[in-house]
Amino acid sequence: MTSAYGRLPRKEDARFVRGLGTFTDDVALPGMLHGAILRSPLAHARIISVDTTAAEAHPKVRVVITGAMLEQRQLAWMPTLSRDVQAVLATDKVRFQGQEVAFVVAEDPYAARDALELIDVEYEPLPVVADATRALDPDAPVIRDDLAGQRDNHIFDWSAGDQAATDAAFAAADVIVRQDMLYPRSHPAPLETCGTVADLDPVSGKLTVWCTSQAPHAHRTMYALLAGLPEHKIRIISPDIGGGFGNKVPIYPGYLCAVVGSMLTGKPVKWMEDRSENLMSTAFARDYHMHGEIAATRDGRILGLRAQVLADHGAFNGSAQPTKFPAGFFHIFTGSYDLRAAHCTVTGVYTNKAPGGVAYSCSFRIAEGVYLVERMVDLLAAELDLDPAELRMQNLLRPEQFPYTGPTGWEYDSGDYPRALRLALDMAGYDKLRAEQAEKRAQGEHMGIGLSFFTEGVGAGPRKHMDILGLSMNDGADLRVHPTGTAVLGISCQTQGQGHETTFAQLVAEELGLSPADVEVVHGDTDRTPFGLGTYGSRSTPVSGAAAVVAARKVRERARIVAAAMLEAAPEDLEWADGRWQVRGDPEQGRTIPEIAMAAHSGLDLPAGVDGHLDAGTVYNPPNLTYPYGAYICVIDLDPGTGEVRVRRFVAVDDCGVRINPMIVEGQLHGGLADGVGMALMQAITYDTDGNCLGGSFMDYLLPTSVECPSWELGETVTPCPHHPVGAKGVGESATVGSPAAVVNAVMDALRPFGVRHADMPLTPANVWSAMQGRPVRTDLSDS
Amino acid sequence: MQITVTVNGTGYTREVEARLLLIHFLRDELRLTGSHWGCDTSNCGACVVWLDGTPVKSCTVLAAMADGRQVRTVEGLARDTRLDPVQRGFAECHGLQCGFCTPGMMMTARWLLDHNPAPTAEEVREVLSGQLCRCTGYENIVRSVLWAAEHEGDQ
Amino acid sequence: MQVPAHVEYEKAASVEHALTLLARFGPESRILAGGHSLIPMMKLRLAQPETLIDINGLAELSFIQVSDGQLRIGALARHAELLADPAAGQHFAILHDAERVIADPIVRNWGTVGGSLCQADPSEDLSAAFAALKATMVIRHPDGSRTVPARDFHTGPYETVVAHGELLSEIRVPIRPGGGSAYQKVGRRVGDWPVGAVGVALWLDGDGTTIADAGIGLTAVGAPHFAAAAAEEFLCGAPATEESFARAGQIAAEHCRPVSDQRGPADYKRHLARELTVRALRQALARVARDA
Repeated sequence: MTSAYGRLPRKEDARFVRGLGTFTDDVALPGMLHGAILRSPLAHARIISVDTTAAEAHPKVRVVITGAMLEQRQLAWMPTLSRDVQAVLATDKVRFQGQEVAFVVAEDPYAARDALELIDVEYEPLPVVADATRALDPDAPVIRDDLAGQRDNHIFDWSAGDQAATDAAFAAADVIVRQDMLYPRSHPAPLETCGTVADLDPVSGKLTVWCTSQAPHAHRTMYALLAGLPEHKIRIISPDIGGGFGNKVPIYPGYLCAVVGSMLTGKPVKWMEDRSENLMSTAFARDYHMHGEIAATRDGRILGLRAQVLADHGAFNGSAQPTKFPAGFFHIFTGSYDLRAAHCTVTGVYTNKAPGGVAYSCSFRIAEGVYLVERMVDLLAAELDLDPAELRMQNLLRPEQFPYTGPTGWEYDSGDYPRALRLALDMAGYDKLRAEQAEKRAQGEHMGIGLSFFTEGVGAGPRKHMDILGLSMNDGADLRVHPTGTAVLGISCQTQGQGHETTFAQLVAEELGLSPADVEVVHGDTDRTPFGLGTYGSRSTPVSGAAAVVAARKVRERARIVAAAMLEAAPEDLEWADGRWQVRGDPEQGRTIPEIAMAAHSGLDLPAGVDGHLDAGTVYNPPNLTYPYGAYICVIDLDPGTGEVRVRRFVAVDDCGVRINPMIVEGQLHGGLADGVGMALMQAITYDTDGNCLGGSFMDYLLPTSVECPSWELGETVTPCPHHPVGAKGVGESATVGSPAAVVNAVMDALRPFGVRHADMPLTPANVWSAMQGRPVRTDLSDS
Repeated sequence: MQITVTVNGTGYTREVEARLLLIHFLRDELRLTGSHWGCDTSNCGACVVWLDGTPVKSCTVLAAMADGRQVRTVEGLARDTRLDPVQRGFAECHGLQCGFCTPGMMMTARWLLDHNPAPTAEEVREVLSGQLCRCTGYENIVRSVLWAAEHEGDQ
Repeated sequence: MQVPAHVEYEKAASVEHALTLLARFGPESRILAGGHSLIPMMKLRLAQPETLIDINGLAELSFIQVSDGQLRIGALARHAELLADPAAGQHFAILHDAERVIADPIVRNWGTVGGSLCQADPSEDLSAAFAALKATMVIRHPDGSRTVPARDFHTGPYETVVAHGELLSEIRVPIRPGGGSAYQKVGRRVGDWPVGAVGVALWLDGDGTTIADAGIGLTAVGAPHFAAAAAEEFLCGAPATEESFARAGQIAAEHCRPVSDQRGPADYKRHLARELTVRALRQALARVARDA
């Protein structure tokens, strides 16, 4: 029987290529009204008054909701995913440019937009904290004076690793290299913005919410807690979603306002944000000011690693990561190397900027950690005058060291790192590239070669350690097998383009000897699917995928018993082969799942305690994260006269364990590699010192196009995950996590002859040129 | 004001505000929701449709400007139930993931192949350079278009 | 998405009709051509005209032709049409170089040459290209038309000499044999506005070693009238050598006033003014040789 795994074209494409997807803005309900949000133009200001009279008098406006109105319903503030609170609509102050101040509900979206201009808000400007490095100055204005006892802009301190052992490692080192580096504020910017259609039926009391949500069940539970509605009367439907990338995990004020709008008008209310709202107010990513130190022997043995991080969380701490880890999984920053010791500290601060921090395929801050260690390794190579590939090879963990517990507590499951690096070097023709570089330098031409080797831990996670607001990160799967032998799988994770309708069908089909065409995957509708925490952090395959396999195996075991009854054999005498339960030694005596399903529902006599069906469900509690890894090599050409960088080639070798659908895996990698080019060379959300957001449109928040991206060269190794039911690891974020360092390292490699040691992303032509002049630019903040 | 726009071969006469953008006319007035919007500044190209045979960013065109003209959208790519080679190419080569940028990409690809039946990969990248994709890294979009070029004659 | 405020709409049937409508609806009326400069401004509500006068149907403004020893470009010529026009490319490679890097292929399908020039963005590529070519603008008004040199067309950021009630109808570039031209632009990404850009047109003396005439246009770097007049003066009569080009670049850089912004600091833009002037001159010279 051929395997169901493989490069199966996607089932979901049938509707998308015809333009028949249903995205949230496609939803139109009878009587539906439209919402629009009035946002603060100022980064920090007291609200003196909000006058909505003129807006309410607009003939097409039904209601205007203010913070004061929400306050009366105890809805003006909502909890965030980090146990802070966030204003739904501002009451006392506005704390970032773009913060929500009022919500208009009107008959059509153009009228709603017009009505915004009729709302009069009087502000009293306050001094702004736009520079995270100044947020803890003694005279810094206190942003969160709404929190009792909050006297500064400090959020948390967190640390990991063994400080004493790390100090000892550093004391023993011949060489210590230190570097400050910024991972600038970035934004996932999925092509579809965030939005919702909220429909509270006044008769039945049922709230139905179509929403661009990566975690519909978690949203449902949150609405129940927030709005005091019984959870069984809430239905969240995530229809087709045009990209998530972590941007669509939180509950945004606009969603809640739409629900309130529906409550007040008795009609469905749609709210879709525009792109400037998306960039200025929804979950941003990164914004880590990092200081790295690496200690090594003179011949390149890395002994220890230290990092101190200042984390800019914006005006509310809304970052989305497992609750026990305020800095996410940053402490995996030891990377892929065999170190004696490591220690890191992370300090989180408030600033007058949008809330967020964990998004954009960071695997909960692993992107930041990988960038740090891979830059430090390259800086060490430069310091010791060693080839960066050789330095890495010398220090990579060896296969015999797995499973490996790192100096900050992570248990890496499996890996053959040297093999992946060798493959990448071969594919790139590394030695030839270095020879070409030397030749070119002699002729005044400049190219750079940059490496990045990363390990990440994805698939959160074990319920003992990982929860979000008390909801453990386990996911469910329900599998029903119809009498005629086709199946429906309900999963809790939610696709935003990852191809779950296909890969999950393949997973089940493989376990049950069915065709993937005979397995329908249902996701996104909380009325039809089991509970789970949603899709982000590359957890679909490790958690939901495992759940689907476990459920399918339960079905198969049920089927064994029914098949035994059909064949009048003992269950233990049956073996599973070629998609059938068959009598061991007598393969003619066998039954397929469809045959068994029909029999289960028939009058067949079944043993006591065995019900007449094949359905099964499970909630999967992963024993550990999974640890995909990769070796990336980027080749760039530099024009030193203008500072322009062109990405010539990008080689990416990835190991994500067993690949269910290699075509889909490769697609995920392609997309993430483009993120690396974008973040390294052009993307950043910058602010000026008045807190004005300078990245509020695609004219200034630049995303890579088909022209900046090379043709990606992918390689693969497969080291199965020992604890996953089919040996698969997560992969969705690997390329986004691993690629920026490769591009930056390549640019820095090209700039070595010019005496440049480090320059921060984004390495725009101006930034590269400025670095060459010895004046590297601070890329997160500009003068007003 | 009243406008008459022919979309995918059918004439539609509607009363609209002069300021109504063509993308909203198509999506909200005519309920042809296959074309999408993704930005405010004419950068992303999710809204690309044909206007008198030429791809345009329909978020930057007034419906009024389409009065008396022909529009073609993704819903008009297939001939009856027969998918266009571009559509088949995207499905065959995994040229889409979330599907949001896809209609715009396909409309431009179809136009490219109508004028340049054997483009190079570079030419494909160039013609799509004004349209953003966040999922695919463009690799498979390029392969999809090249596949379509090779399979134009197939049934 | 952001959407425009209420506006009225008229469709012009001819140039005369357009001028009549402009007069009738007064200073709060605006010409609507491709709309790819105006409509984005209207969506952001930075522009709020009361009436739009749609001229997209005016075939009399949609032409690119060579006649009377001139390349004549109708104001309604789409960017894509100019990029595809063989005569324009043959006589003035600078126009194809510039069009290739303006916006993106889809925007170029509908945006117009006249619309971009009248938008008068201080970073507009065509403003520099036509300044380098020392083009002439033809402006229609109710009583006829007038001509204005390209270098006098813009009076400030987003401001031109086209008065209310007038309409830019045509751009004319005299064709002179034996020239070479080029456009060099640095942007943060394809389709971006320039961080700095320079266009050059060169003609050599009979012996091919001395520069007979030069036009240098710059954009996005605060060059007065989008031109480097002092650098041009220096080049006239100078030998066509690397040394002359280097000096011309230096002069061009000295005479511009770039502003630091998100695209880059002022010193970088000044550097680009010099560097790109040199590169454009080199490329223009190579084309003189190639086409000779």
